[in-house]
Amino acid sequence: MSEHLASPPRHARPALLGVKHLRVEFPTRRGTLTAVDDVSFEIERGEVLGVVGESGAGKSLTGLAIIGLLERPGRIAGGEIHLDGQRIDNLPPEALRRIRGRRIGAIFQDPLTSLNPLYTIGRHLIETICTHLPLSRQQARERAIALLAETGIPAPDQRMDHYPHQFSGGMRQRAVIALALCARPELIVADEPTTALDVSIQAQIIGLLKRLCREHGTAVMLITHDMGVIAETADRVAVMYAGRLAEIGPTREVIHAPRHPYTVGLMGSIPKLGEARERLVQIDGAMPRLNAIPTGCAFHPRCPRQFERCTQQRPALLPAGPGHAACWLLEATRDV
Amino acid sequence: MSEDAPLVALHEVGRDFDVSRAWLNRVLEGKPRQVLQAVDSVTFAIRRGETLALVGESGCGKSTLARLIVGLYAPSRGWVEFDGANVSGSGQAQNAARRRMQMIFQDPYASLNPRWRVWRIVAEPLRAQGRASSTSALRVRVAELLEQVGLSAEDGDKYPHEFSGGQRQRICIARALSTQPEFLVCDEPTSALDVSVQAQILNLMKELQERLGLTYLFISHNLAVVAYIARRIGVMYLGRLVELADTATLLARPLHPYTRMLLDAVPDLAMSARPRTPVAGEVPNPLAPPAGCTFHPRCPHADQRCREEQPQLTNLGAGEWVACHAVEEGRVPRRERPAGGARA
Amino acid sequence: MSKSAQVAGRLGDAVLRAWDSDIVFGFRHSPVAIGAALVALICVGGAVLAPWIAPHNPFDLASVDLLDAFAPPAWQAGGKRAFLLGTDDQGRDMLSAILYGARISLGVGVASVLLAMLLGVSLGLLAGYAGGRVDAFLMRLADIQLSFPAILVALLIDGLARVALPATRHADIAVLVLVLAIGVSGWVQYARTVRGSTLVEKSKEYVQAARVIGRRPVAIAVQHVLPNVLGPVLVIATIHLATAIITEATLSFLGVGVPPTTPSLGTLIRVGNDYLFSGEWWIALFPGVTLVVLVLSVNLLGDWLRDALNPKLR
Repeated sequence: MSEHLASPPRHARPALLGVKHLRVEFPTRRGTLTAVDDVSFEIERGEVLGVVGESGAGKSLTGLAIIGLLERPGRIAGGEIHLDGQRIDNLPPEALRRIRGRRIGAIFQDPLTSLNPLYTIGRHLIETICTHLPLSRQQARERAIALLAETGIPAPDQRMDHYPHQFSGGMRQRAVIALALCARPELIVADEPTTALDVSIQAQIIGLLKRLCREHGTAVMLITHDMGVIAETADRVAVMYAGRLAEIGPTREVIHAPRHPYTVGLMGSIPKLGEARERLVQIDGAMPRLNAIPTGCAFHPRCPRQFERCTQQRPALLPAGPGHAACWLLEATRDV
Repeated sequence: MSEDAPLVALHEVGRDFDVSRAWLNRVLEGKPRQVLQAVDSVTFAIRRGETLALVGESGCGKSTLARLIVGLYAPSRGWVEFDGANVSGSGQAQNAARRRMQMIFQDPYASLNPRWRVWRIVAEPLRAQGRASSTSALRVRVAELLEQVGLSAEDGDKYPHEFSGGQRQRICIARALSTQPEFLVCDEPTSALDVSVQAQILNLMKELQERLGLTYLFISHNLAVVAYIARRIGVMYLGRLVELADTATLLARPLHPYTRMLLDAVPDLAMSARPRTPVAGEVPNPLAPPAGCTFHPRCPHADQRCREEQPQLTNLGAGEWVACHAVEEGRVPRRERPAGGARA
Repeated sequence: MSKSAQVAGRLGDAVLRAWDSDIVFGFRHSPVAIGAALVALICVGGAVLAPWIAPHNPFDLASVDLLDAFAPPAWQAGGKRAFLLGTDDQGRDMLSAILYGARISLGVGVASVLLAMLLGVSLGLLAGYAGGRVDAFLMRLADIQLSFPAILVALLIDGLARVALPATRHADIAVLVLVLAIGVSGWVQYARTVRGSTLVEKSKEYVQAARVIGRRPVAIAVQHVLPNVLGPVLVIATIHLATAIITEATLSFLGVGVPPTTPSLGTLIRVGNDYLFSGEWWIALFPGVTLVVLVLSVNLLGDWLRDALNPKLR
């Protein structure tokens, strides 16, 4: 298996997050299902990496593995996860708990279930701040109010004492963002943060996330199925298919000049405003189920450009312009 | 019946829901009745063979409107016409007319009875309408329908859980087409599907429309999808229709401030960094809508009249309708969008 | 292929699929479930086959001899081989009496559960699907009934029957009255569960699709909704079976259950109760242990079934 990782600009320090050959498995009685298969990438400080894919691609599980919230029977079966040079995937639960929240924050899809309905927003924030930072309750309260104000919630000192159900959907997600940022984490893993929101609110939340992370220097791993959100927010994007990395590179490149046939098909199948078309590009078939992943390249049965090698050997992540793509077609015509 | 007569027409359709708490609770707590106006004064028409789309965000009433048209709810005000006949009540004539329309729902996982085999699901409308001759004839027809939507005849013996989301939606389409309806109401049929599967289903729907001469009412919150599939678009906000125009016109020269806001909020895949007005505020609580024009708290052009008087849907000519005082009074600057979606 | 061959083939397929399914797999690997099932099977088997495997017939007054009374279990001093577990105060063989008694207990239990299920599921489906006033009325009815303990309700119905019918008629149909009493006292839990599930299913799109197609409400409720709400009913029924058996035993113990000529486990315990402290412990103990073992195994089976069918725990 190739050692190629996505190559960000060279820094003296190691990347903030390094994921090397990550493998997530689900043992079932019918055999072991590999939900994430040999995925490697890096996230630099302050960078926004989008992880995009359709349902079943394994992107959420990758995020959960990084935060350490994989539910049984799922488990990390191979590979390493490094945070700022230190390995975190094999830490005992107590050490992992301290990292969660303090150094890695999380934002999930449904703000309604991310917040405890019996706690006021203020209590959520103060509790998290006090757990991870050496501040008094009064200081924590002031910091929480400031954070709520930053996220655009009006009258934050009053809103502190409201319960989640008293907030609208968009406000709740703002509160969740505030909660994720309150302990000043270095990385935020956001799993479909805008999927449950209306389109106009989505635009606001994306803008907010981008601005705050830039201001605080927080890196973001943005997991979503929505390419539009990626286009607006991410510096680089990784495209996942059937638990594997299909393509990774700068957002503009991947969206406008994709190399992997799956990414090409994906971009073609998205209806775009301002583009008149008689027929959307269609990728026939569906993503394979985890218990029926084809040999060789997982995409080959649906690929219009497949050839012999694709059916036998799983492609390595090969250089493709400024990024990388896992496709044997790139070997024939390597970009200089 | 003239060629120009619309197939479906709505006249000032409105629907209220009584969401008051139980009588005993109300009496004990001294609270008044609470009525939710889900849809109010909606008027439009759909021509035969056309696809009209309704877009809007949560709480705008588009799903309620869909259910009003197919008869799942009765309108509180106004009426629905199908092929010239009033179908908003119950009765023989109404039921007969309703048989010529069908509906496709949003959630492919909940729209199929998990305990029924697929062939039985697809054959149900035929049986219900008394068009079933024998079981073997039924199964032949079901096989035909399944193949028409891209599945195979053997899939009839399976259960819904054996299929993916996209395949289930195909089964729903097959079921809807079994009695050869003329009009299909599609309530967010692709919102729960992955993007590549969505493309398959949208292409299928277009193909079927051409082949079978169907008329669609397509409801969605996704403007890009709607721009692709519909010839005309209606924009809804808090139960009212605020703008109605041809797709090309709406995208190139949106008039209503809410339409503009929606268009600006759509993520820009072209990454062109075009200038956009930042989106303001959130959809207000439908139980307590703002007075006057319900959009005024979020509108950059709101004035005193907007805060007091609700605008009516006015015909601006060339198939364009707008409900906005500012547009009528010419206070909204004209805005041309570069390379607006050019669908004829 | 002939029709019967097709059906047989289908059945065979279904059995193979069921054997391989998650639930049966879980069963095969759960020692508690297997143990409970085995024990329950033994009890039920013994009860059903009582007329054939019981060494004596305790109800045949001709074969019962007062001289055999109070014989201790066979392994004790003074015990007789013919009476493995001893005899009661009338000379009836305990083992046979227990087998026949279990038969009655199980019979009454199963019949009353079936009655309660029928009543509860129909009323629950009606309440959930019709909604409005029908729902409100039925649920208030359920609430009122729930404020009375089940035993009290059963006693009430039984008492009414005794008052309404002359003694001899009552003795004839005592078992039926008992089934009615326990059944009617237990419908509420089925109704509530089914009503809740019905409310959930009613709002799902496949029900709306059926309405758009033009199906009538009764057809939708029975053909679409009912198959999808029956799942939890099985679990409730299994656990209710245990309760029903105990209720019958209690009523018989109190003397208002089955007539003394056809004793159930409860009656036997009652009879033995009088002699418990005078030395003839076996008359009360063996029926008691049988009752406990039977109810426990049914309960364990029901618990396992509930966990197995709970999608969230899988």
